[in-house]
Amino acid sequence: MPAPEQRRIIFKHIDEPGYTPDIDCYVRNGGYEVLKKSVQRKPEEIVDEVKKSGLRGRGGAGFPCGVKWSLLDRKSGKPIYLVVNADESEPGTFKDRYIIHQDPHQLIEGIMITCFANNVKQAYIYIRGEFPEGARILERAIAEARARNFAGPNILGTGYSCEIYVHRGAGAYICGEETGLIESLEGKRPYPRIKPPYFPAVLGLYMCPTIVNNVETLCHVKYIADVGGQAFSQIGTPNNTGTRIFCVSGHVKRPGYYEFETGKITLGQLLNEVCGGPLPGRKFKAVIPGGSSAKVLKFGERFKGKRKAGAEMVDYDWALEDVPMDFDSLAMIGSMGGSGGVIVMDDSVNMVDALANINAFYAHESCGQCTPCREGSLWMKKISNRMVHGDARTEDGALLKSVADQIAGRTICAFGEACSWPTQSFIQKFGDEFKAYPDAKKQPKRDGTLELV
Amino acid sequence: MDLKPETFARIEEVITHYPTKRSAVLPLLHLIQEDAGYISDSAMEWVAQKLELQPINVYEVVTFYPMFRRKPIGRRHIKVCRTLSCALMGGYRTCEEFKKEFNTGLNQISPDGEVTIEFVECLASCGTAPVVMVDDVLHEKVDCAKAREIAAQIKRKAEGQKG
Ligand SMILES: Cc1cc2nc3c(=O)[nH]c(=O)nc-3n(C[C@H](O)[C@H](O)[C@H](O)COP(=O)(O)O)c2cc1C
Ligand code: SF4
Ligand code: FES
Repeated sequence: MPAPEQRRIIFKHIDEPGYTPDIDCYVRNGGYEVLKKSVQRKPEEIVDEVKKSGLRGRGGAGFPCGVKWSLLDRKSGKPIYLVVNADESEPGTFKDRYIIHQDPHQLIEGIMITCFANNVKQAYIYIRGEFPEGARILERAIAEARARNFAGPNILGTGYSCEIYVHRGAGAYICGEETGLIESLEGKRPYPRIKPPYFPAVLGLYMCPTIVNNVETLCHVKYIADVGGQAFSQIGTPNNTGTRIFCVSGHVKRPGYYEFETGKITLGQLLNEVCGGPLPGRKFKAVIPGGSSAKVLKFGERFKGKRKAGAEMVDYDWALEDVPMDFDSLAMIGSMGGSGGVIVMDDSVNMVDALANINAFYAHESCGQCTPCREGSLWMKKISNRMVHGDARTEDGALLKSVADQIAGRTICAFGEACSWPTQSFIQKFGDEFKAYPDAKKQPKRDGTLELV
Repeated sequence: MDLKPETFARIEEVITHYPTKRSAVLPLLHLIQEDAGYISDSAMEWVAQKLELQPINVYEVVTFYPMFRRKPIGRRHIKVCRTLSCALMGGYRTCEEFKKEFNTGLNQISPDGEVTIEFVECLASCGTAPVVMVDDVLHEKVDCAKAREIAAQIKRKAEGQKG
């Protein structure tokens, strides 16, 4: 089956010749019309549209956006905050970058609609420190929007007021985790908070009810406020509505970003047709489908079971290439859609080297609050690094797995899972390669073999 | 504190963005680092006083976040992405090339004072790997040849400034 056409909703104007990030260009292209329409409606109506749309968060967890908003403690009498997660720190993910740099007003409009719908008077955009230009672009965009009365006091004469400020991070991955992000915004170390009781919807920023949403999620909200929740829910597949932006990197001919209706394209179509297949003379070996924390998948694997199709249960028997790229299908085969970052490795890669690279990342980024995560991520790095640069032993795979198995489920935040899933899945699927590594190391290195750690 | 007048003005302004002063710790540290090049012990004490905090509250932030530094670096800051997608496309080689060009190792000032080279984690541009940031500017698909070009540009600029 040929791959479907891209459906660019969020990335409609990305890389369009002549499209610039200023407000004039945005308004020329119909910008802020949805906000004008939205502020004439009842806020609850917009929340309902988002609920109906079935929109799931694009930051990683895929939590339904409308449900998240309805969990807000609206009776506390405290102000409600919106925090926009523009930390984009999950390795393999690079979609928010292009929205921020090329179409910032799309995000600002999404933010303002979200704020209006939830009676938010103050929003912060938490942007990773490594996007200095992105931060300047957003600040300029906010000033432009304010000057035209789309943000700030008495928006469009409605009596409703809301400010947006940009807040820069400083190079720590854990700031992407929503409660770590909140701590960071409060001026502290980004130590994630334990849930319960610290659900942002109840006890978030400054212990006030807080919505944390990803950049892309809020752009979808703008689109939903335009076309309606019902129409949005018809895009994609049931329970996986709207479009998804896939960020493909690594060993394919055409890496990049591609937006498709969710679940309408398979992994095989995406990698072989859209991305042009493997590099010359190479074969695909493994793929991480949803950011580096997602469990690795192996080419040649088959997946069988029963799945829901509408109201019925049907059998499925998929090669890896047949798997539809949606939240539920990827979860069914034991991985996740996560942030949409698809990292591809071909047969030139030794999986021990690749895991050692990933483990170095997690050891560097653990915040250190929980012993299993702090110590475990460090030991996984040390062991895999020793395998690559020192002595490797046939039992190292088992040792790595035993460390990983003691982390997940015993930590404050989901980083614990994020750092153990790579090791667990690499060993499960490529265990032989770990056992054979001591021998493989004795072979002379092929010319052109890349160092990965 | 020895900072440019506009830095002081921006410090005063940014504090007003938050209901608590403490939230302004990161913005203040960014502003000071951009102006002074690094964050000295006296700068930390100054920030603490400015925001009515204990010095430890600032110190613990500076020591946690990788982007804050307590010592000066070379005139240009070269950050090479180390994470998987970049490594798969040759990021480690790119880094070696920069080290060779400037005759230096990681995390130190090169002998000519021109650069500090650092390995950093994923810069969210994995589709154009390997990527490198030189100060605030992102460079994409930086193979060894492009690394040499960038190095040559930096050196030319340095010569220009001397002459
Ligand atoms: C370790 C870790 C890192 C994360 N990094 C990010 C990130 O960089 N960007 C993001 O939007 N969400 C990230 N998340 C997910 C957030 O915690 C949160 O679920 C998300 O921002 C909610 O927005 P959404 O519902 O719109 O997806 C991360 C989560 C964890 C556990
Ligand atoms: S799981 Fe790791 S990153 Fe998360 S709070 Fe614990 S130590 Fe920090
Ligand atoms: S891995 Fe280098 S930019 Fe993401």
